[in-house]
This record gives sequence, structure tokens and C-alpha cells, in this order.
Amino acid sequence: MAAAGPSVFLLMVNGQVESAQFPEFDNLYCKYCFVYGQDWAPTAGLEEGISQITSKSRDACQALVWNFPIDITFKSTNPFGWPQIVLSVYGPDVFGNDVVRGYGAVHVPFSPGRHKRTIPMFVPESTSKLQKFTSWFMGRRPEYTDPKVVAQGEGREVTRVRSQGFVTLFFNVVTKDMRKLGYNSRPADTQSDPGPSMPQGTPG
Amino acid sequence: MNPKEEKVKIITEEFIENDEDANVGKRKKNSKVQRQPRKKQPPTTGPDKMMLEESHLGNQQELVQDEPQTRLLSVTARRGPRSLPPIPSASRTGFAEFSMRERMREKLQAARSKAESALLQEIPTPRPQRLRSPTVKELETEFGTESGKEVGSTQQEDDTQSYARVKFHVSARKIKSKPQVPPGFPSAEEAYNFFTFTFDPEPEEAEEKPKHGDGTHQEEEEGEEEPPTEEGANRMDEEELLHGKDAEDFLLGLDHTADEFLAVRPAHYESVHVRLQREKEMLFIPSRLTVPTYKKLPENVQPRFLEDEGLYIGERPEVARTNQNIMENRLLTQESGRRWFGDDGRILALPNPIKPFPSRPPVFMQEQSIKAELETLYKKAVKYVHRSQHMIGSGDPAGNFQLDIDISGLIFTHHPCFSREHVLAAKLAQLYDQYLARHQRNKAKFLTDKLQALRNAVQTGLNPEKPHQSLDTIQKTINEYKSEIRQTRKLRDAEQERDRTLLKTIIKVWKEMKSLREFQRFTNTPLKLVLRKEKVDQKTDEEAYEAEIQAEISELLEEHTEEYEQKMEEYRTSYQQWKAWKKAQRAKKKKKKQATEEHPEEETEEPYPEEDPVKPSPPEPTDRAAVEQQVRERAAQSRRRPGEPTLLPELSLAGSVTPNDQCPRAEVWRREDVKRRSVYLKVLFNNKEVSRTVSRQLGTDFRVHFGQIFNLQIFNWPESLTLQVYETVGHSSPTLLAEVFLPIPETTIVTGRAPIEEVEFSSNQHVTLDHEGVGSGVPFSFEADGSNQLILMTSGKVSHSVAWAIGENGIPLIPPLSQQNIGFRSALKRADAISSIGTSGVTDMKKLAKWAAESKLDPNDPNNAPLMQLISVATSGESYVPDFFRLEQLQQEFNFVSDEELNRSKRFRLLHLRSQQVPEFRNYKQIPVYDREIMEKVFQDYEKRLRDRNVIETKDHIDTHRAVVAKYLQQVRESVINRFLIAKQHFLLADLVVEEEVPNISILGLNLFKLAEQKRPLRPRRKGRKKVTAQNLSDGDIRLLVNIIRAYDLPVRKPTASKFQQPSRSSRTFREKHAASPDTRSPTHSADYPLGQVLVRPFVEVSFQRTICHTTTAEGPNPSWNEELELPFRAPNGDYSTASLQSVKDVVFINIFDEVLYDVLEDDRERGNGIHTRIERHWLGCVKIPFSTIYFQARIDGTFKIDIPPVLLGYSKEQNMIIERDFDSVRSLSEGSYITLFITIEPQLVPGESVREKFDSQEDEKLLQATEKFQAECALKFPKRQCLATVIDISGKTVFITRYLKPLNPPQELLNIYPNNPQATAELVARYVSLIPFLPDTVSFAGLCDLWSTSDQFLDLLAGDEEEHAVLLCNYFLFLGKKAWLVMGNAIPEGPTAYVLTWEKSHYLIWNPCSGNFYGQFDTFCPLKNVGCLIGPDNIWFNIQQYDSPLRINFDVTKHKLWKSFFSRSLPYPGLSSVQPEELIYQNTDKAAAAELQDRIEKILKEKIMDWRPRHLTRWNRYCTSTLRHFLPLLESSQGEDIEDDHRAELLKQLGDYRFSGFPLHMPYSEVKPLIDAVYSTGVHNIDVPNVEFALAVYIHPYPKNVLSVWIYVASLIRNR
Repeated sequence: MAAAGPSVFLLMVNGQVESAQFPEFDNLYCKYCFVYGQDWAPTAGLEEGISQITSKSRDACQALVWNFPIDITFKSTNPFGWPQIVLSVYGPDVFGNDVVRGYGAVHVPFSPGRHKRTIPMFVPESTSKLQKFTSWFMGRRPEYTDPKVVAQGEGREVTRVRSQGFVTLFFNVVTKDMRKLGYNSRPADTQSDPGPSMPQGTPG
Repeated sequence: MNPKEEKVKIITEEFIENDEDANVGKRKKNSKVQRQPRKKQPPTTGPDKMMLEESHLGNQQELVQDEPQTRLLSVTARRGPRSLPPIPSASRTGFAEFSMRERMREKLQAARSKAESALLQEIPTPRPQRLRSPTVKELETEFGTESGKEVGSTQQEDDTQSYARVKFHVSARKIKSKPQVPPGFPSAEEAYNFFTFTFDPEPEEAEEKPKHGDGTHQEEEEGEEEPPTEEGANRMDEEELLHGKDAEDFLLGLDHTADEFLAVRPAHYESVHVRLQREKEMLFIPSRLTVPTYKKLPENVQPRFLEDEGLYIGERPEVARTNQNIMENRLLTQESGRRWFGDDGRILALPNPIKPFPSRPPVFMQEQSIKAELETLYKKAVKYVHRSQHMIGSGDPAGNFQLDIDISGLIFTHHPCFSREHVLAAKLAQLYDQYLARHQRNKAKFLTDKLQALRNAVQTGLNPEKPHQSLDTIQKTINEYKSEIRQTRKLRDAEQERDRTLLKTIIKVWKEMKSLREFQRFTNTPLKLVLRKEKVDQKTDEEAYEAEIQAEISELLEEHTEEYEQKMEEYRTSYQQWKAWKKAQRAKKKKKKQATEEHPEEETEEPYPEEDPVKPSPPEPTDRAAVEQQVRERAAQSRRRPGEPTLLPELSLAGSVTPNDQCPRAEVWRREDVKRRSVYLKVLFNNKEVSRTVSRQLGTDFRVHFGQIFNLQIFNWPESLTLQVYETVGHSSPTLLAEVFLPIPETTIVTGRAPIEEVEFSSNQHVTLDHEGVGSGVPFSFEADGSNQLILMTSGKVSHSVAWAIGENGIPLIPPLSQQNIGFRSALKRADAISSIGTSGVTDMKKLAKWAAESKLDPNDPNNAPLMQLISVATSGESYVPDFFRLEQLQQEFNFVSDEELNRSKRFRLLHLRSQQVPEFRNYKQIPVYDREIMEKVFQDYEKRLRDRNVIETKDHIDTHRAVVAKYLQQVRESVINRFLIAKQHFLLADLVVEEEVPNISILGLNLFKLAEQKRPLRPRRKGRKKVTAQNLSDGDIRLLVNIIRAYDLPVRKPTASKFQQPSRSSRTFREKHAASPDTRSPTHSADYPLGQVLVRPFVEVSFQRTICHTTTAEGPNPSWNEELELPFRAPNGDYSTASLQSVKDVVFINIFDEVLYDVLEDDRERGNGIHTRIERHWLGCVKIPFSTIYFQARIDGTFKIDIPPVLLGYSKEQNMIIERDFDSVRSLSEGSYITLFITIEPQLVPGESVREKFDSQEDEKLLQATEKFQAECALKFPKRQCLATVIDISGKTVFITRYLKPLNPPQELLNIYPNNPQATAELVARYVSLIPFLPDTVSFAGLCDLWSTSDQFLDLLAGDEEEHAVLLCNYFLFLGKKAWLVMGNAIPEGPTAYVLTWEKSHYLIWNPCSGNFYGQFDTFCPLKNVGCLIGPDNIWFNIQQYDSPLRINFDVTKHKLWKSFFSRSLPYPGLSSVQPEELIYQNTDKAAAAELQDRIEKILKEKIMDWRPRHLTRWNRYCTSTLRHFLPLLESSQGEDIEDDHRAELLKQLGDYRFSGFPLHMPYSEVKPLIDAVYSTGVHNIDVPNVEFALAVYIHPYPKNVLSVWIYVASLIRNR
């Protein structure tokens, strides 16, 4: 089987959760995790991570810098269910309770190379003003039952969210054997340079 | 200003007056200017002068700046009366308002008369105007304007008059020096005071003064004889003073004194008049009166009406007449206002821009008309101009069509730079070309030959050699020939003559050229004409000539004779007539002779008056000589003389051109000019430039050679092909000389075949050159005196060829003509398709194609190109019109592979099935990339399932009925799952977002209280663990924690009092030695058990999903382990979704074993040295807890009754032995052993939620509402207590719960067993119910909802959970006449469940419908722990007591304080009909089938046991088996009670040699698998004693309705030696 060609393709993602822009908040940390389809499996690296707490920079841009590395390799047989990175940012509120400051998700870029992604972050809203007040007062803001919800479309219609800020991520993406399996994910401008070998057979 | 200055001014003014415009604007300012010319006018000065004089007299009006003009012009006639009144008025000012009014009246009268007179005067004025000098006229214009104003002002005459008055006073006062003190005025003169006071503040007076002074100055200046300014001013003052004095005098006696003391000042008031007056100064109010035309036109210009002259003038926009007048007046006062007026004296206006009709359709208010508006109108499609028409494209794969344009060169036949010689040369060349052309055709020769042939024909026709032809026809043809000959001859003569003249002209031009060359002494052109003489044989030539002439002569003669004959004929007839007439005449004469004799005079006279037919002269015979003469003359003229050599002109370019240095300067310039010129051509295709030739220098011979071929790849239909000739002189920009239109080639013309054609062009440019060049479009002459002028235009010829290109494979790249109708038709016509297939065939492509195939058209023939194109389109089917409409016509484009192929692909199939959530593939991970990597077996299960859907598989079920049921259940499950999958898509906010609920006061207070709570309380409470959603779990994440705490009342070993235990010393149990037991029964063993005998050494083994864990061994019948066992949980297919977890059917088996040690030491001698024991374990009993229960309950905590087989050989309950225990009294009530467990899952899983969907119902809406209300109320009070009012039946409809309860008959045979013992019958019935297999809904319906099936459905399905069992049992009890209720509550281990409560005379009994056990209300081991509600056949009672444990509650439902009833007085029971059937019908089970099943099960189990012992030999003891088999029916009949001893005795009797360990298992029958599992869990097979033997017996007792009770007796036997 192996002689006939690869039976999986690999996607190596490294990069970092570089910084965030949350104009109203400070002392934030972030969690990330990956959501991927059934045909995907991580082969190396960390699927989840939680960063240090960072404070706002003193300069004008007031960036919250984490520089939190991401490094993971997936193997897959099917681009369906391409991995998404789900980010959730937490930080203390006025009373010192850790509350969620934003959820966001983005697909891992599928073309090889370095990519910058800026994800708008949002939080679910309280259902009523009173709840908003109590949740603020109690330090128990509405949260998603699972942060991975933001990577899915199911059931989102029942939620209302408010945007909070932005998180900037950098990805360095390396793929292996995708072309051999017939998936061409290169950007158009680098298309001209032919891959090491032409696809040997149609997948599937 | 002194007079001198003034004079200068006058001159300037006069000068200015010429400039009318300037003057008009300044009119007001230069009032004097207007006046001055007036003086010069002799006729009109009269009145003016008088006016002026009047002003001298002190008439105040002159001082008024505006007024004078009006007065000047209009008042002339009645100046006297007008001028007078002011003085009296002035004097009479003292009189109050009365006098004023009087004066007004007078004024009015005066004004009226004045207006009349003004009108009168106006009429005659225009006439003299035009005759006047410009200056005068200028004045007149002014005058006219003024008069117009005057007319306008008549309406307000009195006002103006009063103004005048006021004005006078004002100005007069102003002019007055300061000493004039207003307060000195008498009060009666209020009006005047008024004016004087309010008019102007002091400082302004000073300002005003100079102005007025100026005004007076002007006044003075006007009149030359007027006194100087001071004088005038003084006089004014005097007047004013006088005036004032008058007034003063008048008022003297009245107010003078008062005035002196009191400075009474009147209130400041500005009179309306004054204000108007002032406004008049500031504002200009244009008159509304019509302006006379002459004012608007320049002097001496009659209005011109263009319209009358026939010119078109658009309709003027409509403007009200008055507005127009106002505008005109305004314009006239403006500077250069007159330019606004047109020739007709009206304001210039553009035509009315307003369209006569509205361009927007009117919007109608009615709806109906709107509909009409929206009506669609059919408009015929407009054919698109084929300008942008694209070439086919679809038909031809190549799709490119090419047009080759070969531009070989350009020749100017005339060019501005032509010298005279060039002109001649061009002419010569042209003539020569003509000559050549003529020569090539040689028409003369052709005609000569024709003539010859005709002559021959005539001669042969005359020969009488052709007898068959009738003479007539011969004659006829000959005649025809002859006429033909005549025609031809004429033509030939003309041709010959033309040839000759051409030749002559050529020679003449050549001679001219030669002379020109000689004259100018240089040659410009290399043109040279050579006349070649071809010598001819004089004689033959002469002969031929002569013969020709003779022939012609003879022909002519013949013609002439013919003519002669014809004439002769005519002559003869006329002669005959004449003769006749003569005869008559003669006869008359005779008569007359006789008469003449009488009247001789008359005779001569008579004939004259008569018409005298002239005697016809006979035609003259043709004179041969004359004819010959004629012929010869003509021949000489047009033909070469005989013997004269034939002249053949030959034009050659052999001549030498004179080099530049020998030419005169003009010629050199010309040549240089020529050199500077270059020419190029642009190729325009469809009016777009596509290419251009290189720019080539103009040769001295005015020829340009390009030799370029342009290949035009065209896509658009060629419409026009144009060449543009551009000429560049030096470095200037190119000028377009001419455009040459090339014809689009026929499709027949392809490259290679196309001839070079010449297209002439000419330009109309006019060029005059200052050198020898003759120019273009300008006359020039060859003669020295300039006569005989010629005008030549630039012209030339482009030689080119245009053709269609031929492709590589020889196919002409010709666009098909099908798109062009004309082309198409012509092509068809050419191929004659229509004639062969009919017109209808043209539209029928197939027919056409057929025809084309039949007629074998040459596909390469360009003629057929359009047709072939058409046919190829038609036959390829691309353009065939489908008879259906495709909605997504592009779908096929996107289908990169056909559907069949897609289905064939295993990978796509797998993906597809997975996305469809087919259970087998729902969690398939990493679907391989390639088909070849997917094993065929992946699909096998699925395919098998699909195949088996309708085939009843009996292998697993053995019993056919159950197989059917299983199928049915499967189908119900599928449909229900599908139904709920949809419902599951609906998410609630709570599913996604965790949000704290709004705390109410109590919670808030509690929270506040919590703040004060101790951090480490002394009595800590269990805190809820965090629940984990199932989705992100994987294998190994979930563990099952089983905490085994203790057990009660385990059976203890019974001392083997049998005879054979005694002798076998080796068979003494190890334990027995140590267990100190005060066993009174076995005194014989007391020696063996020195210390208190250990009755039992139990340990617990937990097996779950084939993982086994066990505790340590404890001792005694009431052991305490307190151990936690951890078992991993693995979800099916690794799917940890809620739905999947809910459907886990695995069961946790908790087995209690007794560890028995056997001394295996064979030799007693070694006893002292070593211990050889073998551990055996004896199964005591088990507890089974389904995983689903754990999953839903999250934790299971409690004491459970151990399921102990009815017969446990070698063991007995030890109640007799341990009497001292405290709880004996309690235990005595319920026999059995118990175990205390705590089971949970780590981490805690979120159980699936029941479906929130509302189901439709057939219940009354009121009832449903009441149900909701009831449930809500109950939930509010006791949220944890179960309250059920409606349930969902198997078809998914909401049904009120009481409808399920109804007395139903149990099987009759059960009733017959104990007809007199209701209690026994009840137990029997309960047992029957418990024999129906238990299948939790949550498993069957994936935990989505609880479905309640009716009792008959339940019995048919033979599967159900607590509800169904309870309902059936309850119904049976009701039938038996008991008071029975359904108890909804919580039990262990089931969780929320349904039990049955019966009232037995004095006490309540609680029945577990699934096990058939019953408990008293106060039984502590009753599994029912909480009671939520009771349900009877006609009501529901909710437990509103403080406690819910059955031990502590009162079941008396009549007490409303304790039980809240659903139906009450307010809502009476409506008498709901039951959903249950009237009666249950039981079929007796086929006994034979049961026996067969029994055998099969036995066989299967035996095989299984052998399988489980792969390393050991499994021997079956047949004897024992048969013994057991006999024993099992007894067990069934006695329901496992009271037979132990008999059984034991019998066994002992029969199997004396064996150590026997075994037990019967009793289960309801559902499937084989649970049986196997049960057997496995006992661990019988684990015995690995070498000589062990096994016995297994199965007994199935059939009950009605296929309810089967299964007994399995498993035993292991070890032979005692």
C-alpha cells in the first residue's frame, strides 16, 4: 500500500497566538483548541493550550501580547472537516472573577505558507437586562457550554452575541502529499511551480 | 462748472449719444444731456423752452429730479394750468386739510386732462421719429419711454401730484440754509411740520445739500441763458422763505407764543408719501405698459418678422403679457438692454421647451387602469444588427476564420507633385492600358470573323444542297443572317474606328510628350512609346482589302436592291392607284370635254382643286459607284489602308530620366518634394483599424510597392474592408488622401486563387505647389499662354487581392453564412438545396443533412462551406432542440463524474453513508483515500442488515415470534429515531450557553449567607461534580466506579452432613477448619473446626463489558468490603454522543462468590510440610444493573437485593445461626441477601434529555391545559417528585394516563391454579408479568422519550419497561378485584419507575412488576424509595405530603391534604374511555416449539461453555444432566421455593460420588444472549480442576401468549475419590 503512494496527507501547523486587541479589558489569557472532522487525527503536538496572563502594553496600540505557540500536525484522508482553531479569551472582571472575554474560531489556512489571521472575538449575551446585571454582579457571565460550539453552525440561532475584540494569529502551514492525493491547495501565484510529482491516481 | 467746460461736456455728450447704449443707462443721471439736444431741435423746442422758462419762473416742479421729465414731455399742451396751482397751494398751505383736498381734486382733474393730452400727443409722435437724426431719435426713444411711464402713472395721478408737492417742500427746505427753524411753524401747519421734521436728521441735510446744489447746477447749465447757480439757489431760498412767510403770516397770531415757550415737537412720523417718495428714489418699479417697438430696436430699423419671411421660429414660451412688459421696461433701463431684443422687437426667447404632450404616461387612479398599464404588449423582436454578431464559434472547433489581404502596391494616376510630363505620361499610360485591353479582347477581329462566318452561312444557305429544308425556312434564316450581318458590320466598323482613334490619340499624346520634353529640356518619366510597324504583304493585303470592300459593296448593293425592290413595290402600288385615279380623271375629262365645249374655262380649273396625286416616280436604282464610293470612304477612315503597315504601340520604361543637376530649379524642387513624401495604407476591418502597411517613400514614378499580406483572424462577420491611403510629407502628420473600399471576397475566393485587382481611388484635396508640380484640384495648362486649362484631382490605384485563407488541413477558413440570411440563401441557391428537398427541408436540419449526404457534396469546396457548416451542426446533434426544459442546465457541467461512477466508488459511498448517519458508519474515522484501501467487508454488515430488513432472522432468536417482534421493534425504533433526530436539531439557549439564572431573593440571601460560611465545615457536604458533555470524550475517558460497601445475609455453607463427606477427609474445606462456628448441626465436624467456623468467605466480582474486577475476600455472611472498583467504559463505535450512550445495553454484573479452598494434598504424610490448596469459587448470587440506569441516574447508591438462585447447593440462609443480630426482626420480613453499593460514572455524563417536542394529541384541549396546569403546580411545590398525567403512546400521540388503566383478564390458566387463594393467584399473576422480558424504553428508543404501549401491544411485543409491566399488573389486579394503583416514583436501581400498589384489606402491598416481588409498605428493603403520584383508572393523585418515602406516607388518597387529585369537584372526571382493549386474548404457546427451543438453548450453552474453556477438556455428565432436567420443572411449578431439601437429597442419592456445585438460573426469555451472559457471569466454567465434569440442563416453561420461563441449571461436578 505504501509503495502505491501515500494514503494520508499531513498538515503541519505551527505559529502563534500573537496578540489581541481588547480595548476594554486587561490581564487576559487565552485558550485554544482544535476542532476537526472525523477523518482527521492529530499525530503530534498539542491540541489544546492555555496561555499566560498578559497585560496591556503601555504604548498607544495597547496590544495584549501572548506569543503563545501553536504546534500541531494532523493527518487526514479527507479535507472535509478541515481543522479549525477555537480560541477563547478569559480575564478577570471588576470583582476579580475570571470571565470569558471572547470566543472565536478560524480555519487553519489550507495553503502552505505563512498566514496572518485576525479573528473577531465575541461573547454570548445575557438573555435579559436583569440577567446581565446579575451576571455582572455575580461574575458569572454567560458562557458557551463548550467553546467548540463556535466552530460549528448547529444551534447558533438561539444565541445572541456581542463582539469584544480581536485576536491575531500567525500560522505557518506545511502540507505533505496533498498534491499526490489530488488536492491542490496552493495559492494561485505559486501554482506554476509544479509539485514533486503529479497525482498518481484520483482519490476516492 | 463754467460754460466752457460745459461746452466740452456737451460735445462729449453728443459724442456719447452716438453710443446709444451707454446713454440709455445713464438717462437719469444725465437728465441734462437729454435736455440739451432738445434745445437744438427747432420744431419741438417750443414747449420745452416754455417748460424751461417755467422753471425759471420758480415752478417747483423743475427742481424735482424725477418729475421733470414727465412734465417735460407730456405737460406741454396745458402747461399753463399746471404750473399755476402750486403757487396758490403754497400760499394756501395754511388752510387745513380742506384746502389740501381741494387741491387734490384739482390735481386729479389736471392729471386726467394731462393724460388725455399725453395720449393725444403720443399718437403723432412716432411718425417724425424715423426721419430724425440719430441723436434726435435717441431723444425720441427716451421720450417714448417717458410717455409710457406717464401712462402707467396716470392711475395714481393724484398720488404723484401730491408727491410733487411734498417733494417740493422737502427739497425746498433742504436747500434752505440752516437758519430756517422748523419749530417756528405754526401748529396748524402740522402736515408741513411733519414733513420738515421727520424727514431728515440734521447731519443728513448737509449731505443732501450738495446733491441738490448739483441738481440746481444742472438745471442752470441746461439753460444757457439761465443765471448762475447761486442765483437759482437763492431764488429757491427766496421762494421758500416767501412760502414760509406766507404760512407764518397766516398762522402768526395763533401759536407763535406758545411755540416760543414750549418746544413742542411733533412725534416723529414718516409720511407714507415721503416714504414712497424716497422709495421712488431708491427703487425702480418698471412699468407694466407695453413698450413701443421702436424703443426696442436700433434706430431706423423696421421690425422684422422672421416668421412672415418663412423662417421657422419655435413657439415662444408663454409669459403673461404684463410680465413681458415689465421685463422689457426693465431691460430698457438697463445698460445694453437692447441686445435682449430680437429683430422683431420682442425679447429674445428660445423656443418653448415644454413638450406639447407629457412624456410620462399619466398615472391613473383607478386600479383597473393600473392593470391596463401593466398589460404586456407584444413587440416583434428587432433583429440585431450583425455588427457585433459573433461568428458561430460553437460549430467549428477551430473557430478561427482568416481573411488574407494582400496589398501589393499603389500607383498614383495623378498626384499634386506630378509635373506636366507626368500628367501626359499618366494619360499615355492610361491610353496604353486601354489599348492593351482592347488589343487583348480584339473585338474588331472577333467581329470580323463573325461577319465572315455569317457570310459563309448565308452562302451555304443559298445553296440548294439542303433539300429537306423548306424553302421558306431557308429564306427566313437567310434573312436573319443578313440582318445579323448588317448589325455585326456596323459594330465592327465602330470598333475598328475606335481602335484607330485610340491609336491616334496615343500617338498624339506621345508627340505632345515629346514636344514637352523638348520644350522643358528634361525628361521626368522613363516612358517611351515605340511604334512597331508590322510589314504586311502589300498584295494580299490589298486583295483582302479589296475583297472586303467588294463584299461589303455587294452586301450593300444587295441591301440597296432589296430596298429598291421594296420601294418599287411601293411605287407600283402607288402608281396603280395613280393610274386608277388618272383613269377616273380621264373619264372626267371626257365628261368635261363635253362640258368644256360648253364651258371651256371651267375645264382647266377643275382639276386643280382636286387633290392631284403626283405621279410616283420610280425609285432610282442603286448606283453601284456611289455605294462603292461610300464604302471606300468609310474604310479609309476607319481601317488601315491596304499596304500600310500595322502600327503596334509599345510603351516601355526604357527612357532615361534627366538627372537632377541638369534640371531647372523648379523641377529639382519638385523632385525633392516627391522624395519627401511617403505613403502608407491603413487596413480597416468593420471600420476598425486592424493593421497598416509600412510607410514607403513615393517613387519618382509615383508608384509605391508594399507587397504586404495581412492575415486577419476574424471573429465578426466582415462588413466592410477599407483601405485608407495616408500621405506624409516630411515629418508632418499624415493626411488622409483617400479611402478605398474593398469588396468582401466571395466565399469561393481563397488564397492563391485570388487575382490581383486594382481599385481606383481619388481624393478631392486641393494642393497648389510652388514648383513644377501641377498640384491637385487646381487648373493648369500645357500651353504657354495658359489656355486649355485642365483640372486634375489626385487619384490612383491600389493593387490588392483579398481572399479567404486556407487552413492547415486545406479547409478554407471561411465563416459559414448560416447566420447571415442572405448568405445562407445564396449558398443554398448555389447548392440548389431548396429545389431538391423543398423549402421545408431548409428548416429541417436532418433532412438537409440527409440530402447533403446523398448528393455527395464536396466538403472542401468553399462553395459548400456554409452548407457544410450547417450540416455539421445539424448532424453532430449539438443544436438539436430538446423537447424538455432543464432547470439546471449547467448541472451536467459540474458533474465531473457520472452518478453511476460516483456510486461505484467505495470511498464516496462510505462518505455518503457516514453523512447520512447510518449507524454502522456514523463514527467511521479516517475514511481511506483510495478505493483500494477500503475493504469490502466494511459494507458487509450494512448490506446484510439491508438485506435482512425483511427477512426474519431466526438464528439469534430461535423463537419465530420473538424474531418478528424484534423486527417490529427495530422498525418502530427506526421510525421513532428518525422522528426525533429532527426534533433534536432544535437547540435551546441552555444547550449552548451556560447562564446563571436570575437569583430570587431566597437564593440571593442564601448566597449572602454562604459568604459567611465556614471554609472548612465540620460536616462537609457532597458537592456536585461538574458534568461533562459527551461530545468531546474518547475511549478511556470514562470510568465506571463501583463502590462495594457491604452485604447482608449472604447464604452460608451448609455443613455437609452427608454420608460421603465424612469419609473423604480430603474434601474438608479449608475454611471449615478455621471457621469457628457454633454450628450445632454439625457436631461431627467440631473437631475439624476448632475455632469458630467461617461460614462463608465472600468476595464480589464486577464484570462490565467483559472487564472483570473483584474485591478482596471478606469473611462471614455479613461482609464489609468498602472497596472501590474502577472499570473502563467503552462506548460502542467510540461514539460518545448522548444518543449513542443512551443506547448502550451493557449491564453491570455484580456477582458474589464464595471463595472455597480445597486441600489438594494427596498425601497425608506431607501435611506437616506443606499446604496444597486449590481455590474454588462458588457463585452465590448476583445483582445486575444496566448501564443505562447508571447513565441516567448518574449515581446509584443503595442496598440491593441479591439475586440468589432458588437452589444453592451446599448453602443455606443462616438465620437460625445468627439470631443475636439486631435486625433479624426486620430481615425476617423479607428473605434474601442484600448488598450495599455505590456506582457512578467518572466523569459525570450529562444524560440525554427527553424530547421537548410537543406531540399532537386527540385529547380534549381543556384536559391538556388542565394537565399542564396540574403539572406546573405540582412541579412548583415538589420539583423532584415525579408527576405524570399524560404519556406518549407508541404512535407518538399524547394520551391521558388514566386511559391505560382498566381491568384486564389474566390468562385463565393462571387463575385456575389457585382458584381459592387470591393471594397466591396475585403472586402468580405478578410472576407471569415479570416473565415478560424487560427492555427499557431508553434503550429501545434511544432515550428520547418514554413510550407507553398498551397491554395488548406489550404482550405482543413481549418487551417493555417498568411502565408496561406495571400497567399490565395493575390491570390484572383490577380484574382480580383488588384496589390497585400505579405508583410513580423512584426506586433503586431503576430510578424513576412505576410500581403497583394494592390494598390488601389491612395493609398496602407494593409490587415490583419487573421482578414479581411484593413488599409491605414498611419493608425497609423495598426498592421503591420515593412516591411521586398514584394513578388510578379514574384519577391522579399527587403526593403533597412532607415525605415521599413509602415508609412514612399515608396512602389514603381520599385525604385531600395529603394527595392532590387531578379530577376534583371543579374538574370532574369526564369519563375517559380506555385505550386498552376490551379483553386480552391469550393463545397457548406451542409446547413443541418450546421444547425445541429448550434443546437448542441447551446446545448453544454447552457450546459456549466449551468455548469459554479453550485450554481444558469439558466433560458433560449426562446422568447428572438428566437428573437436573427432571428437577427443573419442579422448580418452575414451585416457583423456586421449598424444594431445596428434596432436591438436595435426591441429588445426593444420585450423585454420591461427586462434589457438586451448581445452581439453577431463572430468567424470562427474550433472546439467547442474556442467557449466555448470565451463565458466563456465574463463572461456572472457570473451574480448572482436571477431572471436573459439567452438567447443564435447560427447561423452558411456556406460558400463554408465548411468555417463556427459562430455567438453566448449571453445575460442576468433581468426582470424589
